[in-house]
Amino acid sequence: MNQPIRLTVNGELVTAAVAPRQHLADFLRETLGLTGTHIGCEHGVCGACSVRLDGAVVRGCLVYAVQADGARVDTIEGVSDSGEIADLQAAFATRNALQCGYCTPGMLLAAQELLLVNAAPDRETIRDRLSGNYCRCTGYHAIVDAVEATARARAEAKR
Amino acid sequence: MKSAAFDYVRPGTLEQALQILSERAEGARVLAGGQSLAPALNLRLAAPELLVDIGGLAQFRYIEEGADALRIGALTRHVDVERSEIVARRCPLLSRAIAHVAHPAIRNRGTLGGSLALADPAAELPACMLALDAVIHVAGPGGERRIAARDFFQGVFETALRPGEVLTGVEIGGLGPDRTYGFAELSRRRGDFAIVGLALAARRSSTALSDVRLAFFGVADRPVLARAAASALGAGDMSAARAALATDLKPVSDAQASSAMRLHLAGVLLERAFNETLEASA
Amino acid sequence: MSEGLSPLDRPNSYIGRAVPRPNLARLLQGRGLYVSDMTLPRMVHVAFVRSPYAHARIAGIDAGAARTAPGVVAVVTGAELAEVCTPWVGVLTHMKGLKSAPQHAIAVDRACWVGEAVAAVVATTRAEAEDAAALVEVSYEELPVVADMEAALAPDAPAIHPDLGDNLAFERKLDAGDVEAAFASADAVAQAEFVFGRHTGVTLEARAMLADWNPGEQRLTVYQGTQAPHMMQNIIAKHLGLEETQVRVVCKDVGGSFGVKVHVYADEMATAALARMLRRPVKYVADRVESFLTDIHARDHRCKGRIAVNRQGDILAFEIDDLTAIGPYSMYPRTSAIEANQVVNLVGGPYKTPNYRARARVAFTNRNVMCQYRAVGHPIACSVTEGLVDLAAREIGMDPVEIRRRNLLPDDSYPAQSASGMKFEALSHHAALDKLVAMMNYPALRAEQTDLRAKGIYRGVGLASFIEVTNPSAAFYGVGGARISSQDGASVRLDAQGAVVCHASVTEQGQGTEAILAQVVASAVGATLDKVRIILGDTDHTPYGGGTWASRAAGIGGEAAWRAGVALRENILKVAGVMLQADPSALDITEGQVIDATGQARVGLDEIARVVYFRPDTLPADFQAELIATRHYAPKAYPFAFTNGVQASWLEVDIKTGFIRLLGHWVVEDCGRILNPQLVDEQIRGGVVQGLGAALFEKCEYDARAQMLNANMADYLVPMASETPDIQIGHIETPTADSMLGAKGAGEAGTAGAAAAVVNAVNDALSPFGVRLAEIPLTPELVLKALGVVL
Ligand SMILES: Cc1cc2nc3c(=O)[nH]c(=O)nc-3n(C[C@H](O)[C@H](O)[C@H](O)COP(=O)(O)OP(=O)(O)OC[C@H]3O[C@@H](n4cnc5c(N)ncnc54)[C@H](O)[C@@H]3O)c2cc1C
Ligand code: FES
Ligand code: FES
Repeated sequence: MNQPIRLTVNGELVTAAVAPRQHLADFLRETLGLTGTHIGCEHGVCGACSVRLDGAVVRGCLVYAVQADGARVDTIEGVSDSGEIADLQAAFATRNALQCGYCTPGMLLAAQELLLVNAAPDRETIRDRLSGNYCRCTGYHAIVDAVEATARARAEAKR
Repeated sequence: MKSAAFDYVRPGTLEQALQILSERAEGARVLAGGQSLAPALNLRLAAPELLVDIGGLAQFRYIEEGADALRIGALTRHVDVERSEIVARRCPLLSRAIAHVAHPAIRNRGTLGGSLALADPAAELPACMLALDAVIHVAGPGGERRIAARDFFQGVFETALRPGEVLTGVEIGGLGPDRTYGFAELSRRRGDFAIVGLALAARRSSTALSDVRLAFFGVADRPVLARAAASALGAGDMSAARAALATDLKPVSDAQASSAMRLHLAGVLLERAFNETLEASA
Repeated sequence: MSEGLSPLDRPNSYIGRAVPRPNLARLLQGRGLYVSDMTLPRMVHVAFVRSPYAHARIAGIDAGAARTAPGVVAVVTGAELAEVCTPWVGVLTHMKGLKSAPQHAIAVDRACWVGEAVAAVVATTRAEAEDAAALVEVSYEELPVVADMEAALAPDAPAIHPDLGDNLAFERKLDAGDVEAAFASADAVAQAEFVFGRHTGVTLEARAMLADWNPGEQRLTVYQGTQAPHMMQNIIAKHLGLEETQVRVVCKDVGGSFGVKVHVYADEMATAALARMLRRPVKYVADRVESFLTDIHARDHRCKGRIAVNRQGDILAFEIDDLTAIGPYSMYPRTSAIEANQVVNLVGGPYKTPNYRARARVAFTNRNVMCQYRAVGHPIACSVTEGLVDLAAREIGMDPVEIRRRNLLPDDSYPAQSASGMKFEALSHHAALDKLVAMMNYPALRAEQTDLRAKGIYRGVGLASFIEVTNPSAAFYGVGGARISSQDGASVRLDAQGAVVCHASVTEQGQGTEAILAQVVASAVGATLDKVRIILGDTDHTPYGGGTWASRAAGIGGEAAWRAGVALRENILKVAGVMLQADPSALDITEGQVIDATGQARVGLDEIARVVYFRPDTLPADFQAELIATRHYAPKAYPFAFTNGVQASWLEVDIKTGFIRLLGHWVVEDCGRILNPQLVDEQIRGGVVQGLGAALFEKCEYDARAQMLNANMADYLVPMASETPDIQIGHIETPTADSMLGAKGAGEAGTAGAAAAVVNAVNDALSPFGVRLAEIPLTPELVLKALGVVL
């Protein structure tokens, strides 16, 4: 039986009736048309489905939409429009830290969370904190470069 | 793959949760962080009729310190433990171990109670509880129970939890300035479940270790205390301790590693975890 | 202006520069459009009932309960689908003796591997389709299972396809020079059996297709994440009984392909057929378990190798005997014999050695199908060759760099030919090796290795020289009868505001095709990059061509675009000549402006477009402007444009645990003219990491009943960020003279040599223990066993 939910997605209030078995990533993609949240495995390993739930990055495939009732959800579309990660996105572009782009939304959200928790991570820390996000195309080196460059640029800007 | 259909309730109180669980005993499953349950459902390895989401029971998300004890609520997320100053100060074994549990996004959601109730034999936290001689608190239709960690883990995904019971928290006692810890694990990739791991807890006097508890994980159907090795270590004899592992452990063989390899690795980890306790005291 | 002007000489050329890719902003915002993102009105979803047995007769299918389940639109069996979709056989005439059996989109009476579809369930949501699929009752009668390659060729093995007689799909033998004499005269002979696990591509976006039959138009539109839209158009039309004009294949963003998405998959053919049957859009997105069970697997070779050397370090001969097993069918239309064939072609390829004997056998088994995946055959050939070279060096006590210097084809010896008959226009093995040795500071690493060994820390260096097949001509597939185009086209036109629009037949899979084409077109025309728009992946609109495979998009597609751009420039200058009353040959275009010989800007492209499109009345009556040009290109002088390079790995082996930590990786590569250095570097890095995955982690595990044991992402271990090192890259540039741009491919070089370098490094690290490992993935268990630490 479908259940009613109310949540805030990228700052907009959304109401919907969802089947309990529908995970948040499918809800965002299919019901709201926010297809920037991708699906790579649906068993929690790849990180393509990453979204922010009440401020913390989670696997969209391991949370059911009903569980997000009352919550605040931010997707790649939302953080792009708000400009929050514009510098990180620019660094990814400059460094060609994406090829097919399928891992990219999840990678960006994970990287942003890392930089909020640790403003000056070394390369090993970056690799560690991104270890739950699979990328088959880039080999990760360019991604690590882009995150490192963003961390440095943010530190400069603060000074 | 999509989960089979299920119903979902999110009770507001523990009493309601217990009530629903007792009414729907067979077909109902507790949902906490969902980081192990959701993959199983999405792969259609399990198909419960009803999920009872206890995620709303905020009173079970806490980390509290007592004089010589630490109490952690079942709904405390891995990330809470990871960032907890109290845990880092009072029980650094958990801070060390938690960094090996999965990845940040999973730690943001997964709970201590979920990890313990799941009882994956290769998981870090059950072994830590065993090493720390923790007491696990559960609530059920028959009231509350306290179960020692050594009695709690009973097999692959099997615990002492009875149908309708909910794990509410853990209590770790006997903490004090003389406690020392070691932790080591080998997993193929960062964040993977371990091939073999070891949580070591002991007391340190100026000369030696005492009350040594060696909880190995990834070696059997549940975390295992290596008692003979522990007493050898207490006696300061590392090579006897390593040799004793052969009697303490009867490791499983699987695609990741043979039994012999696990036994060998357990010995290597024993030395490494022990050296860590030395470094800590240095 | 002459066509012969080198691209590098043109003023303000974008060639050779790291310009940002035009499609990145979209992807960075999550606003790409992958097939899995698409929906259409009346769209339904298909889920497949898949065989749980590796080999079984389908005795009956009871779909009664499934047909009445909620949301179900249709349940279709193999026999029903066969009425709209004919079977295929994956053979090529130039692969002499290659045999295979007819394969249906859905198994009709027999399932031949775990995961083969036996029925399709179509419903309004994927979840409901899966619910109903679970209700389809199939009665199976188990048949004998051929579980692995050795069993397949045993004398008493049951033939998977009795009509074919036995399970030997293909065999090739080669004997060049005098191998017997070479071995007889050798001072040392080394040998090993090299074992390669079964790998698979694990594209992050799974295979996906959305097929839409419009009964009013009698046309099928297929949205597919594919590397080869025109090939798919041909094949879908052929097997659904349509004309090619009735099939349109559209390819938007693709979430990774690496060769996985260049083949014809039974379930995708079924999806197209279902759309036709049901007269509505049908969507299929493989879930991850289906990906593991049905995306092509690759490698899975056992190759015995021998090498002969003399005391001075001259390699006298190579000999190999390779065995592989491809599953129950040869894939369509590229066939599954190509990988083994490439192994025969490529072993010994970097070296002067004229004496070479090879045998390769390809067997059928009841495992998932295997076919071409990134760097087809190269990792095997490279690992075998480079492993043998290191063994030989060890036998005679020579440094691995030194033995390579002695034996690699000299840089001044081209054109040259390998013992297997591969033709090399110009390679740079020695320059590459010299550069690599300098980049990695080889002597310093050796010194560090020695120091650390004294402390019980075991580090090793491994080298791997390689050659790579790129820019294939029709020799690859076309001559064998497959309608796989080895030529590509580009059509470039000036729009009404003076911007340049390019339609091209190569496709974008993330490697940067759009950027390369934009750079090439902008440079050829003289436009600025922001005024170039690239349109790809639509058989209704783009010129005809092969798409993306065998590292050809830049070298072949780029060349077509260059030529089209040059032609458009000439056309524009003709108009400018008329408008300015000047000799067109005295004019040029740069940064969107027509300039004269003094460099003075005379008229902008926007103004030219305005006049041509809106005021043709102002141009002379006898002049007709053509602001569009189309060109095609197929390589002609060589069957393949070979590239070369060398890789090195630096790693540490924990001799207590058998764990391997990768500390550094270097690649020097020569892909001819570099159109965009950043894109080349990132292709190489991505490719290297796929090779590292193969070296240390990845393997499709099967049991004795041919059940795949790790068909999920938790158990099939792909390398993640923490398992991979930084990768340093250097270049040598030896352009091919076969094209104007001189570009060759770079897509597979990384994968070709990475595993070989790692295995050599592990053996180097463990040389004090006399360890000689030759199996990948190199698990901790293999290492500890080799060290004798565990049995
Ligand atoms: C990719 C990936 C990697 C992982 N790696 C690791 C790892 O390295 N180490 C590791 O330890 N874990 C790992 N995990 C699992 C993760 O730690 C889970 O969070 C944890 O095991 C379960 O906690 P949860 O709150 O998510 O529980 P859930 O998934 O909600 O529940 C798990 C089980 O416990 C039951 N349950 C949950 N809470 C209670 C309760 N309070 N009372 C009674 N029953 C309860 C549920 O009914 C269910 O059966 C990994 C998970 C993923 C997806
Ligand atoms: S789709 Fe959620 S982790 Fe892969
Ligand atoms: S860019 Fe393709 S998976 Fe990361």
